[in-house]
Parts: sequence; structure tokens; C-alpha cells
Amino acid sequence: MSFWRTLKVAWEGLALNKVRSFLTTLGVVIGVAAVIVMLAVSAGAEAEIADQINALGANLIVVMPSFSRGGFGRQSGPPPSLTYDDLGTLEQNLTGINGVSAEQSTSQDIKGGDTTLESISVVGTTPSFTKVREYALAEGRFITDADNDRTNKIVVLGYNIAQELFGGASAAVGQSIKIDTTKFVVVGVMAEKGLVGSTDYDERVYIPITVLFKKFTYARFGGDTLNMVYVSAESRNTMDDVMAQLSQELMDLYGTTADSPGFALTTQDSIIDAQASTTEAFRNLLGWVAGISLVVGGIGIMNIMLVSVTERTREIGLRQALGARPRDVLLQFLLEAVMLSLIGGIVGVLLGVGGSYAFNELGTMRTEIVTASVPLAFGAAAVVGIFFGYYPATQAAQLDPIVALRRE
Amino acid sequence: MQEHLIEITDLTKIYGAGDIAVRALKGVNAAVEKGEFVAIMGPSGSGKSTLMNILGCLDRPSDGTYVLDGEDVSRLSKNELAHVRNRKIGFVFQSYNLLPRLSAAKNVMLPLLYNGVEHLSDAESYERAIEALESVGLGERTHHRPNELSGGQQQRVAIARALVNNPSIILADEPTGNLDTKSGEEIMGLMRQLHDQGVTLVMVTHELDIAEYAQRVIYLVDGEIVSDRTQASGIAQLHNGYNGGAQ
Repeated sequence: MSFWRTLKVAWEGLALNKVRSFLTTLGVVIGVAAVIVMLAVSAGAEAEIADQINALGANLIVVMPSFSRGGFGRQSGPPPSLTYDDLGTLEQNLTGINGVSAEQSTSQDIKGGDTTLESISVVGTTPSFTKVREYALAEGRFITDADNDRTNKIVVLGYNIAQELFGGASAAVGQSIKIDTTKFVVVGVMAEKGLVGSTDYDERVYIPITVLFKKFTYARFGGDTLNMVYVSAESRNTMDDVMAQLSQELMDLYGTTADSPGFALTTQDSIIDAQASTTEAFRNLLGWVAGISLVVGGIGIMNIMLVSVTERTREIGLRQALGARPRDVLLQFLLEAVMLSLIGGIVGVLLGVGGSYAFNELGTMRTEIVTASVPLAFGAAAVVGIFFGYYPATQAAQLDPIVALRRE
Repeated sequence: MQEHLIEITDLTKIYGAGDIAVRALKGVNAAVEKGEFVAIMGPSGSGKSTLMNILGCLDRPSDGTYVLDGEDVSRLSKNELAHVRNRKIGFVFQSYNLLPRLSAAKNVMLPLLYNGVEHLSDAESYERAIEALESVGLGERTHHRPNELSGGQQQRVAIARALVNNPSIILADEPTGNLDTKSGEEIMGLMRQLHDQGVTLVMVTHELDIAEYAQRVIYLVDGEIVSDRTQASGIAQLHNGYNGGAQ
């Protein structure tokens, strides 16, 4: 019997019991849709994390002092550190960079107009901050080198702070606020940025780093020591080169060697990698759960096909008497199972893609449909159909026509 | 020597093995010519069903040979037997064995599905099925499903199905067993008509008056032919003896 005729016969077999065929297919539908949605959800979560880390600024290298050098027992005095003046040196000597900036923060009460905001993060920084962090202004200007050199008491407000104190960005510029007991003039308001990781960038204020050292931290940390320096490379391609230069510069500044440099360089990629390994475990788990549901769907198909073979024993016997070879019978029942799972696969793909899309659009959760998951899930459905359909089909093909015809 | 349509030689069938082995056929010899109408009779357990299964290529003999239409089919594989069944044998069953979800025409088309020789198109198959249905007097009911037909009509559909591939022989297993007397007579009338047209028929029955439609009666007892004669009437005494005088 030709393949197409067999396909038609198999289709008729399925149409014989529509409700049962539908329910059997459901297992595969759910399995396939689950694979696609689960992968889309975890890809969405990964993308979300990557976006947040990238929101720190592109191609960023973070310099942190490391205390591993010799330990406290052998090394007396403070650990090596960078100062405000070193920033200029780095900015001048490094090539292929967008800028170097430092951030030092403290928590203070802020008063503007009649409103007092408690425990606001006050960040001392340098002009390069906006470039390095790719962060725009909504109004006014940012801190300049002159501000740092002259320790001007000026402040740039986060978007929400401007709203809370003065009702808007444009209204805030030119006003003055008090940070702790010192009066600052508002020269600019940052654009909205929102949450990055756990930091709300709109709930911070920025002042010249030299002012921060002078007014808020000198007593505690002994001068203008920088805890963290950010270097932004021009592009992804220059990252390695910039890191090499930076290491050399820092070793020169610290007077250390490569064995124990006294600082650590971290890139966004390394942070993303660390996050990715977590989400990958999560994704694998979801993938396995979804895969298992697909297998369960396949077992459902096998179960129903076995029932179907038993129910249609007489039909099989008759077909054999009329000239159906064992392989004709095998193909007929195998095709029924494969058709069930492929229909389930198609509906599951539509449901999975549609569901992922709907989740994203409704804002419930960020999803990104993994293109490979569609053929993967569909292929898995086909394999499940063949795998779980084969046994019942061989049962049908091996029936003895005499016995089968006698069966009531 | 003239070639017989069916020639069985020392046909033996043993079920099981060792102590529990049952010898259903004990070396049966017979030949059927083209165009003959033969009835096989015998009490239950006589081996007539076994013989029928082997003649129908549904089963293989344990020993002996079966030559059908010049071809020794006693040692063929399952696939080859399926092919022989499709090309050379038309089956008529006691319980019709029609697929309930298919129309009469579609039921008749079934053997053509497995006809790997002629490669008929759907339209050609349908045409052949309609012809076959017309030849059994059901040209008006081609689109009815089995449950819309009487028992006699269903058996006619089954006969049309048996004829559709132009087989060498029609094997009928108690074709009137599920029918009332009148329908049974009609079916036997149709069988005789086919015989008159030159179709070869072999029929298993346990009813004498049905066997009387045949030209020749083979009587089996305990796996052996005890009588093979061209008139059914002479078989009555033998038959009644084995059935305890009933009938």
C-alpha cells in the first residue's frame, strides 16, 4: 500500500475517535508548549540580567583593591590604593578608552524646600561618570573637572529626588539643597534610569568627588582613597588591550608585580558569566521538567495505541486477510501515533510561541522565544511519536490473522 | 497432465508439540479444478476450519504441499502469503467482517488498497468497487454504511469485496451462518450464479441444504477426508450419523 494511502487510512483511524485522539494529543501539546515557554522564560530572565549588568555602562572594567598581597602579618600600613590624582594619570596614559571615573558614596539626609529625605545615597564622582556609565542628563549640566578642582558645592539630582523635592527636573535646576549641614546648588538632573540590580539610580544625588572627600569621608577613611574605579573601553575589541595596559599602569602606580598585583579587575562579562551559570542550571531544570512532560505525553500515546490495537484486532485481521502485509499494518499504526504526536507538536508550538509572546506583552514576565526550541520541541514530539508508537504498531503487525479474525 | 487450480498433497497440520500435540489434519489429498463449486463439511473438530485457513493462505501446513494456481504456497513467508491472499483469494466470512465506519463502496475498495500490482487510482478503485457491487445486486446502496443494510445485503457487500480483485478462488466460511433462511437462500443463489459465471468457490458449511448448492462435497472427519463425491445427497446419511441423527 502506498504511503499516502496508508496516511489516509491512519487519519481515518484517528477520526474514528475524535475525543480520544484529542485528549491523547493534549499530553504532547502541553509537553511541547512547556518546552518552548520554559526556555523562553529562562532566556528572558537571562536577557534581563544581562541588560541590567550592561546598564552599568558598556565595556566596563571595574578596578578594586585586593587585599591578598601578603596579608596583614607581613605588610604593615594601608593596602595599596588609588587616589583622585591617579585618575588623571590613568585617563592620560591609557589608549582605546572612553573614560575613567571613580565613585565613592555615603548616605546622608537631604533637605530641599520644605522636604527632608532621609538616608539618600550621595555619590561623589568625576565628569567621566556620564560617559563611562552611559547615563544622560534630563536637565542642566553634570559635574566638571573645574568643580572637582575647586571643590564646588554643586549637586546633580537623581530624577525621582528632583520630583520629590521640587516637583520636576526643570524646576530643580538653580535651587539649592542641604546635604547634611552643607548647602549645595542644583546644577542638573539626571535622566530616568530606574533600578539596576538593587540600586535605584533615580534615588541618588551626585556631587564632585573632591567635595565628598572633604565634607563626608576624610575623617573615616583617611583622605582621598578610591574604593572603586571604573574604566570604560571604546569597544568590546579593545577590552583585552585596555585590561593589559591598565594592569601595567596599576602595577607601576602601586609598585607591585603580576604575582601579587594588589588589585583586581572585573568585567561585565565575568559578572554575566557568573549569573549565566546560575540561570543555566535553572534553565536545564526547566528543560528537563518540560522534557519529562513530553515523555509522559508519549506514554499516553503508547497507552491509547495499545488500546486501539486491542479494540481493532478484528479490523487488523480482516486487513491481513485482504492482503495487508505485516509492514502495512505496522506503518498504519505507527503513522497514527506519529500523526497524533505531530499534531500535538504543531498545536504545542503555536501554543508555546503564542503563550511566550502573551506573557511578554501582558508584562507578566519577560520572555524571549529561543528559536532553536521550536524545531527542537517539534522534533522531540516526532521522535516521541515514533518511539512510543513503534511498540503498539509491532503488536498490531504481529497479530495472527486467524486469531485476530476470531476475536470478538 | 492437466494443471489443477488447487492441489493439496499429504497436507498435515499439527498444533503444539510433544504430548500435547494435536494433529488437526492428517495427510489430506485433494484437487479442485477451475470453475468448481466445492463444499467442505464435517463435524466440529474435524479440521475443516484448519483446512480452510491453509487454503486461504492464512496459515501454513506443518507438512505436505499446497499448490495454488501453479504456485507452491506452502512454504511462503508472511509477506508473500499476504500478496497471494490479495491477488488470488476472496474471503467471505460468516460474520461479514465489514468495517462499520466505511460505506459499502469503501468496504469493497479495501482489497484494492493492498493491491500493489495494478496501482489503481482512487477513481479506478471506486469504479471497480461499484462494478462489483452492481454484480451482486447492490448498485443502489453503494453509499450506505453496514448498519444501514440488512444481514443479507451486508453479506452481498462482503461477496463484492471478495470479487473486486478478480481472485482465482472465493473461500466462504459458513456464509449463511448468521442469516435467516430466506436471506441465506438468496446468498446461495448468488453463489450459484457466480459459479455459473465460472468463478471457483470453496465453502465450509455444516448445513446439508446449504451444501446442496455445491457441485461437490468433501467430508472431513478427524483430519481426514472420508468422503469426496460430486453429489451432496449421498452425504446425508454420513452427516446425520456424525451429528447424532439430529437435523
